[in-house]
Amino acid sequence: MSADTHGHGHDSAHGHHDAHDHHGGAAHGSRREYWIGFLLSVLLTAPAFGLVMTGVISDPRVTAGIVMALAMVQIVVHMIYFLHMNTKSENGWTMLALIFTAIIVLIVIAGSLWVMYHMNLNMMPGMGGEMSSGGM
Amino acid sequence: MSDDLIKTIFGRLTLESFPIHEPILVGTFIMVAIGGAAVLGALTYFKLWGYLWKEWFTSVDHKKIGIMYIVLALVMFLRGFADALMMRAQQAVAFNGSDGFLPAHHYDQVFTAHGVIMMFFVAMPFVTGLMNYVVPLQIGARDVSFPFLNNFSFWMTVSGAVTVMMSLFVGEFARTGWLAMAPLSGLDYSPDVGVDYYIWALQIAGVGTLLSGVNLLATIIKMRAPGMSLMQMPIFTWSALVTNVLIVAAFPVLTAVLAMLSLDRYVGTNFFTNTGGGNPMMYVNMIWIWGHPEVYILILPAFGVFSEVVSTFSGKRLFGYTSMVYALIVICILSYLVWLHHFFTMGSGASVNSFFGITTMIISIPTGAKIFNWLFTMYRGRIRFELPMMWAVAFMLTFVVGGMTGVMLAVPPADFQFHNSLFLIAHFHNVIIGGVLFGMFAGVNYWWPKAFGFKLDKFWGTISFWCWVVGFWVAFTPLYVLGLMGVTRRLRAFEDPSLQIWFVIAAIGALIIAAGIGAMLMQFYVSIRDREKLRDFTGDPWNGRTLEWATSSPPPAYNFAFSPVVHDLDAWHDMKSKKAERPTTGFRAIHMPKNTGAGVILAGLSTVFGVAMIWYIWWLAAVAFVALIATAIGHTFNYDRDFHIPAEDVVNSEDARTRALQQAGV
Repeated sequence: MSADTHGHGHDSAHGHHDAHDHHGGAAHGSRREYWIGFLLSVLLTAPAFGLVMTGVISDPRVTAGIVMALAMVQIVVHMIYFLHMNTKSENGWTMLALIFTAIIVLIVIAGSLWVMYHMNLNMMPGMGGEMSSGGM
Repeated sequence: MSDDLIKTIFGRLTLESFPIHEPILVGTFIMVAIGGAAVLGALTYFKLWGYLWKEWFTSVDHKKIGIMYIVLALVMFLRGFADALMMRAQQAVAFNGSDGFLPAHHYDQVFTAHGVIMMFFVAMPFVTGLMNYVVPLQIGARDVSFPFLNNFSFWMTVSGAVTVMMSLFVGEFARTGWLAMAPLSGLDYSPDVGVDYYIWALQIAGVGTLLSGVNLLATIIKMRAPGMSLMQMPIFTWSALVTNVLIVAAFPVLTAVLAMLSLDRYVGTNFFTNTGGGNPMMYVNMIWIWGHPEVYILILPAFGVFSEVVSTFSGKRLFGYTSMVYALIVICILSYLVWLHHFFTMGSGASVNSFFGITTMIISIPTGAKIFNWLFTMYRGRIRFELPMMWAVAFMLTFVVGGMTGVMLAVPPADFQFHNSLFLIAHFHNVIIGGVLFGMFAGVNYWWPKAFGFKLDKFWGTISFWCWVVGFWVAFTPLYVLGLMGVTRRLRAFEDPSLQIWFVIAAIGALIIAAGIGAMLMQFYVSIRDREKLRDFTGDPWNGRTLEWATSSPPPAYNFAFSPVVHDLDAWHDMKSKKAERPTTGFRAIHMPKNTGAGVILAGLSTVFGVAMIWYIWWLAAVAFVALIATAIGHTFNYDRDFHIPAEDVVNSEDARTRALQQAGV
């Protein structure tokens, strides 16, 4: 058994320890990174608003698709520039957690769409139309 | 006072909300009031309030919080079991035109409350309590990562339990079944407070469950003893890790579904209504996306307990440790791919049903592999049939049958016959009683000496064991038979007199289980009475293999005076076989977190908020919510959170341990 260097059971101390731990701890952001993140967010948000408000694209489904795509990119921007996530922080645990989350979210969304699409398809005539118009 | 004013002050709470016209409830209330007054009186008479507040309620010690979780689970278990007895009695007598003794309105609440309480306020606190107690000890840590959060999580769970219990005497509980399926749970079909009690109890308790999941996850990842790599973690800790990953990923889904249901009920949205573009099938879909992982959240810690118990009492290293770990990880992902097997009959069609039928059969493979691992661990082992091992063997026999009926249910065409029948009821009681509950009982018998410093009485433990195992089979085999004959669940009265005999047998089974519960309470009483005789001085009464047995029983507040260094799986077994010397000098002051009452206060305010929302008492809800936020923010300014256990106190308790070990001749 060795001397205690490890067990600090105590919540307020954690932020303190981890913030100054450069061996696999959480990464830091610089002012430059925050600026890049902010500009990218603006660039990704403005077109989405613009598309909806001006209605340049006639098919609303295309608009919705583009807005969703911009939102997905925005999530990645936030993760990199604001949450400072990278493959190395916290010994890779952050990345592993992200991959797991992505898998679960993918399963939940794709699975629900698939299941509910078939549910709606199998509704009795007359009911199916009403269900599929608003349900999903 | 005008009606408007009264309505503003009391919301929809009126004198009629108190069920004084129902004799069963009035009788229960009188019993509870007398019992409650006796307990409160005794606490006051023996001046225990200060002790309880200072040493337990405000404690941030993971061991005390773990014990409080298990006490909560046992108390709620008695309530849930009382509901079960009422249902068994009702179904045994409601034949030949008799309506039994429970009116429909009451019976529907009983079966809903039974399910909700057993899942959320018995199984969950039991599992969380056991993980809370054992995990930090097994990984050689002094506490969890966020000790205050741990205390707060526990009290939020209590707050949810209090809310459910309140519905017994103020208003009513949901009459929807334990998952409150829409559209029945919508405002159109359940306009009264029952479903609101359900929603707020689960939302409040859900905060606690989620936060405790985050807490234990961070603890296992960040606070392992030096040298303990992931593949050297005890298998119970591994199962706790996977369980908490599942909790963190699954519970937000439940929170979101219930939030949408409450929006439907409170502000008139149409997520799950029949009209206005709502889709009740989406509720079923989403609640089972949470519901299936929930099943594994309950059973995986039980698997972990059995792994520890089988290995310890066979005197062997666990067979196939690596395959156990991979089985856990595979289950972790696969448990998200099977949810549709709960509603094959809703009509997704053949392709969707086949996919989920196959994934369900696949998930039984890693589970089956675990059974073989336990069997091979026992093979040629020197097996000691102590109580935990008896529960483990009973589990293996019972659970395999439950698993096989599960595979039967996983065949979509067959499920059209079994769906919502008593066969299903028998199946999931088979795996939850035979798996989770037996696991928790094995865990309580196994770790009790660690928690309190003396073993549990074996005589009463054995009686309880046999009553439980026999009672379980007598109670649930008839339900398998009835289910195959097509009897559906949740029925209050029956037409066909030939079915009665099966329900009578099931009721007898429930009474045998009641005897088992009585014997278990007797076991606790006798053990506490004879504690000096059952005392264990070594801290390692079972010749254990993992780190929790390296410290004294009960462990000191700081768990380990020095962080143990781990070189091998089964670290304590490794230390014993290398005859590692326990350090007796050089102790230093130990930095520890300080107790705080903030958790109790926050949870109390949450209860007030929940009850105000249930009864539409908007002013009270607003006040409670503001107070809740203010207290939470106020707590962040409390910088007086830690203290040092002085070196001489550490020396004193470690010297006491040295003397105890000498006395025990180790």
